[in-house]
Amino acid sequence: MEGDIAEMGKFIGAGLATMGLGGAGIGVGHIAGNFLAGALRNPSAAPGQMANLFVGIAFAEALGIFSFLIALLLMFAV
Amino acid sequence: MATEAAQDAAAGAAAHGAAGQSSGMPQLDFSTWGNQIFWLLVTLVVIYFVLSRVVMPRIASVLAERNGTITNDLAAAEELKQKALEAEKAYNEALATARAEAAKIVAQARADIQKDLDKATAKADAEIAAKTAESEKKIAEIRAGAMESVTEVAKDTAKELVAVLGGKADAKSVTAAVNALLKG
Amino acid sequence: MNVAAEGESTGFNIHPMDQFVVKPLFGGDTIEWYTITNVTMWMGIAVLAIIALMVLGTSRRAIIPSRTQSIAELIYGFIYKMVEDVAGHDGVKYFPYVLTLFLFILFSNLLGLLPKSFTTTSHVAVTVTLALMVFLGVTLLGLYKQGIGFLGMFWVTSAPLAIRPILAVIEVISYFVRPVSHSIRLAGNLMAGHAVIKVIAGFASMAVVSPVVVGAVTAIYGLELLVAVVQAYVFTILTCVYLRDAVGGAHH
Repeated sequence: MEGDIAEMGKFIGAGLATMGLGGAGIGVGHIAGNFLAGALRNPSAAPGQMANLFVGIAFAEALGIFSFLIALLLMFAV
Repeated sequence: MATEAAQDAAAGAAAHGAAGQSSGMPQLDFSTWGNQIFWLLVTLVVIYFVLSRVVMPRIASVLAERNGTITNDLAAAEELKQKALEAEKAYNEALATARAEAAKIVAQARADIQKDLDKATAKADAEIAAKTAESEKKIAEIRAGAMESVTEVAKDTAKELVAVLGGKADAKSVTAAVNALLKG
Repeated sequence: MNVAAEGESTGFNIHPMDQFVVKPLFGGDTIEWYTITNVTMWMGIAVLAIIALMVLGTSRRAIIPSRTQSIAELIYGFIYKMVEDVAGHDGVKYFPYVLTLFLFILFSNLLGLLPKSFTTTSHVAVTVTLALMVFLGVTLLGLYKQGIGFLGMFWVTSAPLAIRPILAVIEVISYFVRPVSHSIRLAGNLMAGHAVIKVIAGFASMAVVSPVVVGAVTAIYGLELLVAVVQAYVFTILTCVYLRDAVGGAHH
């Protein structure tokens, strides 16, 4: 029975950890939306900022990936 | 109900991953790390040497060659354009020369014609002048002849008149009187 | 870690993590550091693909490029411009290494999308090595090039003096988190994508939903194609960003 409770805790923890993906989604959406808004105001400057866009998205996404990683660790490694 | 149970089971299976493996996540199976890292380093070294020894000099040279070709072609095009401009200039020059030549010939011809015309006019003028002079001379002669005849007729008439009137008139005084009258 | 053998009895047979298992190619159970495994094979295939594109594709050295030569030149020019723009002129020296990273990651990602293949870049061991090489290389290069001044990037002089120590702590932490996020991002993206495809494909054994599954797998496959290219790009451009700190390109 103890093992079952530990198992259950693992699953609950993994499920909770996936909520972090929502934060990453908000962040990425924010970056992409603001980029688009800026790009529509000044389309000529947009291509030069593509690199910054991708770097920003990568940074925001990394945090979501961390929560995914924690979920995986809970599921498989704990 | 059955599908729900099946999905639950599927989720369980998915969660548990590789059933029968020593580790649920092969990524965390540290016994394989050494192997992977070793082969990764080998791979990276191979790619690095292939790229830096073969690919990059080749692509760099191709790009440089292409740039050179493009530059040369542009220069050639520029040269040809220059030549075309020169040809056009020469053509225009030739055209202008020909035009000037033609104008000169026209002017020459006009001058020649004018000269001929002038000559002819002068000749005609001279002839006309000569003829006029001759005619005037003739007219003067005729006029002189007429005047003489008038003087003669007047003298004779006067002598006759004087004789008829009973006078005797000497010729000298009659002539003098007629002359005085004619002069007056 | 105990894995119960469940799921077999219900008809579903989903093992999303099986595709990541490292196994010896020519039999045997033990994996020594020199053992030829599927990792070796797929890295070798990646090398052959890179050679086919970059060496054989450009072998004619044509002034008017063929299709493969155009692709090779496009990649070359794209990465060259990225290094020059992001890392500055001093960073161009390290262009061969950046190109190596980009091509290896791109080809590993794309080859991993072939059915039945093994994705070398979905393994944390591989990406951690790649990221640590960049991290250590950049740190040592920065210390060598700028000396102790390299540590000045942790001391934010534009901030008020009072909060500078706090910022310094944050900067140091974020600096050391760099290799973690750098590596986990790549491995996590690929692992997640491939696992999702496997899980969804596993539902196809239920006849009712199988048409939906085919559509879903196709859509996710397209997304994974995008992810494969974007992650290679992101890994490369982050390498350039870190390189800029080291060569001092930020000051120009």
